[in-house]
Amino acid sequence: MNGLKLYGRYVAVSLRSQMQFPVSFIATSIGAFAATIVDFIAIWALFTRFRQIDGWRFEEIALFYGVIGVAFALADAFTRGFDIFGDLFVKTGDFDRLLVRPRSTVLQLLGYELRATRIGRLAQGIVAWTVGVQLSSIDWTIGAWLTLLFAVAGGVALFSGILIMQATLAFWTVESLEIGNTLTYGGVEAAQYPLDIYARWFRTFLTFIVPLGCVSYFPVAVVLGHADRLGVAPWLARLTPALGFAFFGLSLLVWRLGVRRYTSTGS
Amino acid sequence: MTDAGSALRPYFAVFRARFNLLLQYRAAALAGFGTQCWWGAIKIMVFAAFFRSAASTPMTLRQAIDYVWLGQAFLTLLPWSGDPEIARMMRSGDVSYERLRPLDTYGFWYARAAARRTATPLLRAIPMVVTAGVLLPLLGAPQWGLSAPASARAAALFVLSMVLVVALSSAVASLMDVLTVATLSDRGVNSLAGPLIIILSGSLIPLPLFPEWMQPLLGLQPFAGLLDTPMRIYGGHLGGTDAIAALGRQVVWAVLLVLLGRMLMARFMAKLQVQGG
Repeated sequence: MNGLKLYGRYVAVSLRSQMQFPVSFIATSIGAFAATIVDFIAIWALFTRFRQIDGWRFEEIALFYGVIGVAFALADAFTRGFDIFGDLFVKTGDFDRLLVRPRSTVLQLLGYELRATRIGRLAQGIVAWTVGVQLSSIDWTIGAWLTLLFAVAGGVALFSGILIMQATLAFWTVESLEIGNTLTYGGVEAAQYPLDIYARWFRTFLTFIVPLGCVSYFPVAVVLGHADRLGVAPWLARLTPALGFAFFGLSLLVWRLGVRRYTSTGS
Repeated sequence: MTDAGSALRPYFAVFRARFNLLLQYRAAALAGFGTQCWWGAIKIMVFAAFFRSAASTPMTLRQAIDYVWLGQAFLTLLPWSGDPEIARMMRSGDVSYERLRPLDTYGFWYARAAARRTATPLLRAIPMVVTAGVLLPLLGAPQWGLSAPASARAAALFVLSMVLVVALSSAVASLMDVLTVATLSDRGVNSLAGPLIIILSGSLIPLPLFPEWMQPLLGLQPFAGLLDTPMRIYGGHLGGTDAIAALGRQVVWAVLLVLLGRMLMARFMAKLQVQGG
């Protein structure tokens, strides 16, 4: 069985098990929706009072927010196995069991669970995205949609990379540390606004170190017709989400390093 | 090794184990502190951007920055969840022991809630206040740091208001415990309370930044007393009789929520069934 087919099996099993308790699933999803929609309400409130932020309008922020929100919701759903890795695999020593199976550890951890309740967060991203598309007066060409889909794909890769690196830390700390949340949840918070409102050091950080801006700011600004604010050519801006994939590749290398270093807790 | 040495060995082992456990908490506290700095910085940069392109603002940027830093510093003071131990008691049936104590159960739970909201939040607040209030100015960025209170009177009222925050926050948390008794699980209550508190207390964005027509309603609701009231008093946004009135609202809500909690608790406890085993 090839890797993709095996992953499909993992997903099917995971979804079936989560649907054993449909009421709990629905309640948790609604809770996730409520917990994240307040962010969007806050943005709406700020724009009701201020009308604009450095020249950007509400519907434009909604699109930035939607793109990054959808990307994070998907990544968060896929990488549950890495999210709880320290506590559930390293501390307990269960990682040994993954190592003796003839499949890659990354595949097994990705298959650990497809978190269906993240649909609540996803829905919230889609709401923001829809608001952005409906209210803004741009031409929604195929090219624009492809650019945004590529941005989401790059975003999923980037967030997954962050979550994998956070899990890798557990090889050293044994427990899951939540410091990665600054880059995941905090990253969503930062990237929901266009990068040009921030201080220079922060912009540089979000472009070259953890390229959150590349998976939302550059491509979305081009689609919104603000390529002039970017300081790079529009074609290049459309391609910047590729850095998200590069970051993901880097995280896999770091992961390998961690695995090589792993010693079982023996419990 | 001597006899005395080997006799002491288990104690050293226990000591080391406990010590390492506490170190883990320190790592968690450190991670929490890092997260709070990061969120504070993002919020401040976003507000600064909104403020610099606005003709008039409902509060000064100075007041907004102090609001954000202090809000981050006292984040753990807010009633984000009920007492996890009480939720466990509900699941296991151990809650019946609580009923056997020769104590008023509500008072007992309120005292627990108040304890959770004094020691830890204070310890968590110190590094944040030092970083934003001392370190940032020393690094040459006083305009982005936490400034001193608007006046001596504001400082005094701020302290008084923070004491009322503890009372009110404990009342909200106890009410959540009581609702946990009613629903037999803390999940529903906690997932509902989080979004409500983060937006209505001013933790997400300062309440004065909401649209003008919402201001009277926002000022009257109970969650404003959890964060918004002391933060605005500190920066001088709320002063004079307005500040006194806001303190009064904190007291009224704390008393009302305690009464409501007691009443509901009497009702739910009368109907509570604990299965054996």
